[in-house]
Amino acid sequence: MSLPPPPRCQVELAERVLCAFLREETQKVGFQRAVLGLSGGIDSALVVELAARAIGPEQVLAVAMPYRTSHPDSLRLAEESAAHAGVALEVVDISDAADAHMAAVPGLAEDMSELGKLRKGNIMSRTRMITLFDRSARDHALVYGTSNKTELMLGYGTIYGDMASGINPIGDLYKSQVYALSRHLGVPQEIVDRAPSADLWEGQTDEDEIGHSYDTVDAYLHYSIDRRFNRSELIRLGFEPELIDRLQRRVRHNQYKRRPPIIAKLAARTVNLDYRYARDWGV
Amino acid sequence: MSVQVALCQLRPVLGDAAQNLAAHHAWLDRAIEHEAGLAIFPELSLHGYFLRDLTQEVAVPVDHQVVQDLVARSRDCSLVFGFVEESPDHRFYNSVVFAEDGEVKHVHRKVHLPDYGIFEEGRYFAAGNEIGVVQSKHGRFGLLICEDAWHLSTGWLQFVQGADALILPSASPARGVDTEESELSSQASWHTLVAAHALFFQSWVFHCNRVGFEDGAMFWGGSSVLDPFGDRVAHAGQDEELILAKMDTGPLRRARMATPLRRDAKPDLVRREIARLLRDPDALEAGKPDSDAS
Repeated sequence: MSLPPPPRCQVELAERVLCAFLREETQKVGFQRAVLGLSGGIDSALVVELAARAIGPEQVLAVAMPYRTSHPDSLRLAEESAAHAGVALEVVDISDAADAHMAAVPGLAEDMSELGKLRKGNIMSRTRMITLFDRSARDHALVYGTSNKTELMLGYGTIYGDMASGINPIGDLYKSQVYALSRHLGVPQEIVDRAPSADLWEGQTDEDEIGHSYDTVDAYLHYSIDRRFNRSELIRLGFEPELIDRLQRRVRHNQYKRRPPIIAKLAARTVNLDYRYARDWGV
Repeated sequence: MSVQVALCQLRPVLGDAAQNLAAHHAWLDRAIEHEAGLAIFPELSLHGYFLRDLTQEVAVPVDHQVVQDLVARSRDCSLVFGFVEESPDHRFYNSVVFAEDGEVKHVHRKVHLPDYGIFEEGRYFAAGNEIGVVQSKHGRFGLLICEDAWHLSTGWLQFVQGADALILPSASPARGVDTEESELSSQASWHTLVAAHALFFQSWVFHCNRVGFEDGAMFWGGSSVLDPFGDRVAHAGQDEELILAKMDTGPLRRARMATPLRRDAKPDLVRREIARLLRDPDALEAGKPDSDAS
């Protein structure tokens, strides 16, 4: 039984809404400039295109942050993507900074277990976050996030690492919609064609790690989250019960990454529980 | 009778009544320059939409100076604007004022408070409980705020009270790009809705939606004017924009001659049937307490 297709994306509409979003939400909080990490992958390539259109390429700083094990293509494609969007690129090699963190923990550098790889990956990701937020303070530039909705739902990202940002234009676009919008905005073909990867170690690909293709995951998430199909309806659509269970567990398990930390309630009004204001209130 | 109507599709600043008040004055100046006799602002135009705990902090009674300041402007041009109203017994309403000749002619308190999806109005607001109309020097108007209009009973009640025009201030957030259509799905629904109101209630419809972002949600604008045949005669884009349309009695008369829905409405039948349904506890599904959820 064939699965339903991944969600569509009306690209002209999405472009218009997202550019307006970046422009307004940046300028409203007193920023003119933005900074974002460019990995050489499609998500950040899309965000830099949107950013350049929204606030002008001269207001955007892209930062490529290779680690010594990063694939050389990643830096080359980051350069290509920055050039295509017409924005300035700063290259910051994070190897020394990340290695210093790893060296500070006995045994971590040599640890090649799954957990060891995860911990080192998190350190790289958070080193990049530190780099971006430092540039943010230096240049008075807002950090644009590059996590898509598939990653946010699956928790496929490092909390306080690549998931950290000031505002995120693509957090409500599934990966398949990221592809559609990227093609529309002319993201370089080689980036579109490249197998998505966190590039934290050699040979890593998203779809291997997630265990399903993005099209399958996106179709599932779209029907279950956005269209609110229940389990039996999802099965009738062709999703295997095992897949439903596995993905549902994963979405649930990663809820903590999508929320600010829980605060022990003591007083009459507690931050975010019953002290509730829009973030825009602070403008 | 004929009047130039201005829809003021603005971008309120969240929680900043002073700044929004100044903007209202500037928009009114422009409307009056264009010889508008009636200017319409969006839902909560003085206070912004996703107020949450700010709701109680910004709320003002109708006789408050901020409200009265605008009411005074209605000597130049009748106007409709939205704000958080605090009642004498400290309930908070999502209200719109119809002001004319320097006086408050009517206050509509939103009856249907959306409390699902992105909305949480039921948490903060008390619900109004009246669907009236206002007799103005420009005609007879029904005011409905955003979600009110999604319940066709409200427009129908104004239709049978003789409304010539429905005024629908709204703050509708953009949703739905997973489509092949050229507009957002929330926008497409509204286009259907306003056209249906105009056509079936044989009224002019003035839908004034706001623009701008609040915490990532975009209000899509797209304000529009429909004649009593359901045809769109003016519409705005997605940015701040003032649009104008002339409302006159000719199309009202022609629409009601062509299809005499108003003449043939049977409010008395509806009254009897509603009374019967209310008497029979098993007959009414909508609004009934959910005693046997399955």
